[in-house]
Amino acid sequence: MSQSRIRVLVGKPGLDGHDRGAKVIARALRDAGMEVIYSGLHQTPEQIVEAAIQEDVDVIGLSILSGAHLTIFPRVKDLLREQEAEDILLIGGGTIPEEDVEVLLRQGFAEALFTPGTPTGEIVGWIKQRLETKEPEPVRAKDE
Amino acid sequence: MIMSDKERWQENYRALRERQNPFVTVSSVPVAPLYTPEHSAGTDYERDLGYPGSYPYTRGIHANMYRGRLWTMRQFAGFGSAQESNERYKFLLSQGQTGLSVAFDMPTIMGYDSDHPRAYGEVGRVGVAIDSLQDMERLFQDIALDRVSTSMTINAPAAILWAMYIVAAEKKGIPSYKLTGTIQNDILKEYIAQKSWIFPPEPSLRLITDIFKYAKEHVPKWNTVSISGYHIREAGATALQELAFTLADGFAYVEAGIKAGLDVDDFVPRLSFFFNAHMDVFEEIAKYRAARRIWARHMKEKYGAKKSESLLLRFHTQTAGCSLTAQQPENNIVRTAYEALAAVLGGTQSLHTNSMDEVLALPTEKAVQIALRTQQILAYESGVANTIDPLAGSYFVESLTDQMERGAEDYFRRIEEMGGVLAAIGQNFFQQEIADAAFRYQREIEKHERIIVGVNEFTKEEKLGIDLLKIGPETEKAQVGRVQELKRIRDNARVRSALADLEGAAKGSDNLIPKIMTAVRAYATEGEIIGVLKTVFGEYREQAVY
Repeated sequence: MSQSRIRVLVGKPGLDGHDRGAKVIARALRDAGMEVIYSGLHQTPEQIVEAAIQEDVDVIGLSILSGAHLTIFPRVKDLLREQEAEDILLIGGGTIPEEDVEVLLRQGFAEALFTPGTPTGEIVGWIKQRLETKEPEPVRAKDE
Repeated sequence: MIMSDKERWQENYRALRERQNPFVTVSSVPVAPLYTPEHSAGTDYERDLGYPGSYPYTRGIHANMYRGRLWTMRQFAGFGSAQESNERYKFLLSQGQTGLSVAFDMPTIMGYDSDHPRAYGEVGRVGVAIDSLQDMERLFQDIALDRVSTSMTINAPAAILWAMYIVAAEKKGIPSYKLTGTIQNDILKEYIAQKSWIFPPEPSLRLITDIFKYAKEHVPKWNTVSISGYHIREAGATALQELAFTLADGFAYVEAGIKAGLDVDDFVPRLSFFFNAHMDVFEEIAKYRAARRIWARHMKEKYGAKKSESLLLRFHTQTAGCSLTAQQPENNIVRTAYEALAAVLGGTQSLHTNSMDEVLALPTEKAVQIALRTQQILAYESGVANTIDPLAGSYFVESLTDQMERGAEDYFRRIEEMGGVLAAIGQNFFQQEIADAAFRYQREIEKHERIIVGVNEFTKEEKLGIDLLKIGPETEKAQVGRVQELKRIRDNARVRSALADLEGAAKGSDNLIPKIMTAVRAYATEGEIIGVLKTVFGEYREQAVY
């Protein structure tokens, strides 16, 4: 993993067009040396998982600002399982209330969630650490 | 001697220490330590400022401004079912709000019925779910539509939701000529920033000019497009980009109307604007003042408008959602108050103040009430509404206003060189400019060149101390049930014939609004009407850039 470049799919599921965060993250990850594929808007979970497998990514990052996070993360996780692609890390961000962050992480529907105000460097660091160590501790992203 | 005094001041200034802080606006524009008469030396009072209610309207569009009537306090609201939103509207009206502003859910915005697979998980979540006339009637139950003005934030399917509103009023016995309100109906900024499009640009503009024509005959007090900078700014644009791109869109609608055979003075008076109010108070005030002057000048000099109403840039303002922070959310009350102050000092016609919790969820009733009280305190206690355009003549504000106008004119030239707004959208010009500005802003925060209180400075470990509004899955289930029930019980032969008629008209060049109204009256759903139009018009696809 560490000899080749880390590949990330930045996915924008749902019907909303709030792509500011997704684009800023995509650029920050690219600047940090990763291969970034941006899905574009209005993608279904099926389209995202299909693209992730086709592009052979290490990480899927979902940006959700529509309030639909409690349906989308579990759906993407299920699809990954069905496609036997559970090794792809699923992370995300957006307007996700604290309570829901806890639910999603506790139930294993996401490996990490980064809420508004998270420095992009923190996300870069998390991905690198997670992919460079074999069995890392689950990391809970901080708000500040 | 002013020169020697100036030199002495410069010397004194240089001898003193400056804070280690870039002195720039929120849009990263450098600000001088002091502004003097030299900075506004080129300004001619009569030519560039004039009197409020007179050309070029820099100082305001009315002769009396807020001494006659305060701005309209209009809080954007809508969630869950039509009935839940109806209750929120009645609450807001009882609290002294003077206009309604409807937020729709994403499936409605994108033209999907609540029972469509793409709607799954999104029904009623960020706004109210409206599938048919039936929901529209519920939304405005017991509200006198001839006495409130209603703003509807709807773009790609605007014609359909507007038709539903007109028919809902008609069924209450209110004729369309009495209706006042606004549909956002600004598809250009969707391609540029907000990204809620359905059809490609050409047929989208046809729907808009059909609306211009229908409104002129039947709904003359309606604002047919709310040309919006708000979303352009939220997507990351600077204040200048917001100003320039929004006015460029405005000119494109004017040109589309002319091309469709309308006279400028027949539809331009019904165009209104919608701007953002971000944190940098003076930059925002300059933006609004420059906007009025630029619009008046272009309408008069370039497009040959004769009626004074065609020259007036009337605008709604919303405080900047993107300036709010998830950390220490109560601080957002203060941010919103400063932003509202800028909007009022800039002469806005109506104002939405964001609630402190909107970065986390839809606002609770308590948060909405504080936001509305923020405007009321500004209006009744602060004294800022006592005199017209109080910052005129400030060396700083006039200089910023001139700078905004010059910067916008530069952008207009660049856009024209690219072949106009549609061509520039096709070349991803606006999208790239905005993505670059958004990234720059984020980097400034991360490099600590820009301080955001509670985010990268003055932080603390905290547990969220405020309650959030929850939309449960039962809303979606109930709405899906309602629309499926409607599809069973209505006269489906009538629906089919109305939709076939609409399809025929879409292939030709007849005005589509009467056809859409016939379909709406038959309780055709939004998704069905959009579906028919998609088969004729096709769908838009973007090449995303970042």
